[in-house]
Amino acid sequence: MSSPEVTDTAGRPDEIRAVPVRRPGRWIAAAVVVLVAAAIGRSVATNTRFEWDVVGSYLFDERILEGLRVTVELTVIAMAIGIVLGVLMAVMRLSPNPLVSGASWLYIWFFRGTPVLVQLLFWYNIAALYPKINLGIPFGPSFIHADANTVITPFTAAILGLGLNEGAYMAEIVRAGIISVEEGQSDAAQSLGMTRLQAMRRIVLPQAMRVIIPPTGNETISMLKTSSLVSVIAVADLLYGAQIIYSVNFKTIQLLIVASLWYLALTSILYVGQYYLERYYGRGAVREEPLTPLQRIRLGLFARHEEGGR
Amino acid sequence: MSEPMVKAEAVHKRFGRHEVLRGIDLAVAAGEVLCLLGPSGSGKSTFLRCINHLEKINSGRLSVDGELVGYRQVGGKLHELRESEVARKRAEIGMVFQHFNLFGHMTALDNVTCAPINVRGVPRARARERGRELLERVGLEDKLDAYPAQLSGGQQQRVAIARALAMEPKLMLFDEPTSALDPELVGEVLDAMRKLAAEGMTMIVVTHEMGFAREVADTVVFMDDGVVVESGRPGEVLANPRHERTRAFLSKVL
Repeated sequence: MSSPEVTDTAGRPDEIRAVPVRRPGRWIAAAVVVLVAAAIGRSVATNTRFEWDVVGSYLFDERILEGLRVTVELTVIAMAIGIVLGVLMAVMRLSPNPLVSGASWLYIWFFRGTPVLVQLLFWYNIAALYPKINLGIPFGPSFIHADANTVITPFTAAILGLGLNEGAYMAEIVRAGIISVEEGQSDAAQSLGMTRLQAMRRIVLPQAMRVIIPPTGNETISMLKTSSLVSVIAVADLLYGAQIIYSVNFKTIQLLIVASLWYLALTSILYVGQYYLERYYGRGAVREEPLTPLQRIRLGLFARHEEGGR
Repeated sequence: MSEPMVKAEAVHKRFGRHEVLRGIDLAVAAGEVLCLLGPSGSGKSTFLRCINHLEKINSGRLSVDGELVGYRQVGGKLHELRESEVARKRAEIGMVFQHFNLFGHMTALDNVTCAPINVRGVPRARARERGRELLERVGLEDKLDAYPAQLSGGQQQRVAIARALAMEPKLMLFDEPTSALDPELVGEVLDAMRKLAAEGMTMIVVTHEMGFAREVADTVVFMDDGVVVESGRPGEVLANPRHERTRAFLSKVL
């Protein structure tokens, strides 16, 4: 009896061509998935109560687009405040000064410990507590006087509520990033004559970014959706726009679908942004940079082309 | 006799209640190569870290190039130096670590030019030119744009040496520079250090490489349990240790 040849006529190792193992489980699972998908698809397509034409007609309604703008604005500003506050609080938290790190701890404890909806309502009603806002030196003269009701518009209340709350979560994310960078890195930076702050800015934080980016992406996506809470304090965001319309025409489901489609579109854009940010901050951490989807497609076409040419 | 480059008098260091250094007396002349030997936990690395003030000493006096480390003496009183002053002094002392500690997010060349540009304010173009020279000197002219993760341990350590040299230090501290390397990569790092010693750099080297100590060191110091047990020329200490503890240690590593 002869064993299969290990090398071909030219002496090159022969590629293995074996009979693959049968995997009935996979086929059954695939069949179930296809069946369920077909059932859902058919119901969505044939249930006339979806009224897809109504969804389509409101998708680019002015009030929806205006709400979309407000939602994006809220998300961007609140995240910006959150990230700045988060970095600040994380650095404070790691400070050797117990009062400074204690203040940061208290901030995080307070803003993580109360629901963001409560915080939003609180800021919205802040005029009841402080009718007049004075900015100046504590116990000394004040320079700026303002009426709380005019300064704290629903939009500012929303920004304050979302941003301050986000700061507390970002602080923990940034802190985790900072402590994930080995101590040897700041030893080396300091031995080269950098101060603690220089080492933090140039050496530690850039490397912490690799750990910080993925959860920050999560937070941004989550903020995009959490921002819909501001509709309770009469900020005209995307959800509010939809509510305004369906309170008149009672096409509730259709307008919620419109809002959902926009939320999905925005989160999809954020996915792409996060991918490229992660790739950028991952440089140096991996031996070979992962390909971008575009590069992968190009390479795939190219490789197939080459194979065909042989 | 001129002022020694490094002078330690009765240096003590505690971590909590644990006394790591229990009175170190030592002097290193300019241009001298001193190898610190001893079992792990004997305080060699801690002493090295005290010299550039990465660790604060608890008592005694430690000075580099005639100036106290971390303090200024005014009248009979010691004043702590500000962080920026400590940083400026550290910049004049190069340090090479056991685990290289290269900045992972920067290429080899950026690792070398980072401190000159950001600490000394050297113009970018000049720093890069000098960085290229230094990397060439350690035989890495073809690895300028490689990230640390793409380099072997030996190559990383040579980048680390170039990075320290970029600040034109007057003293180089080596903390077990070859201990984390595969045996076949140790030679290339020791070669770079040998070259540096031949150029007259003042060096303090914590090492377990007895061959290197015998060949390159002007002085070897044997430490155990936080004190200097004995010191002298490598030929004497390594060949005829006077102290029982030195003999016991050498019999294990040689």
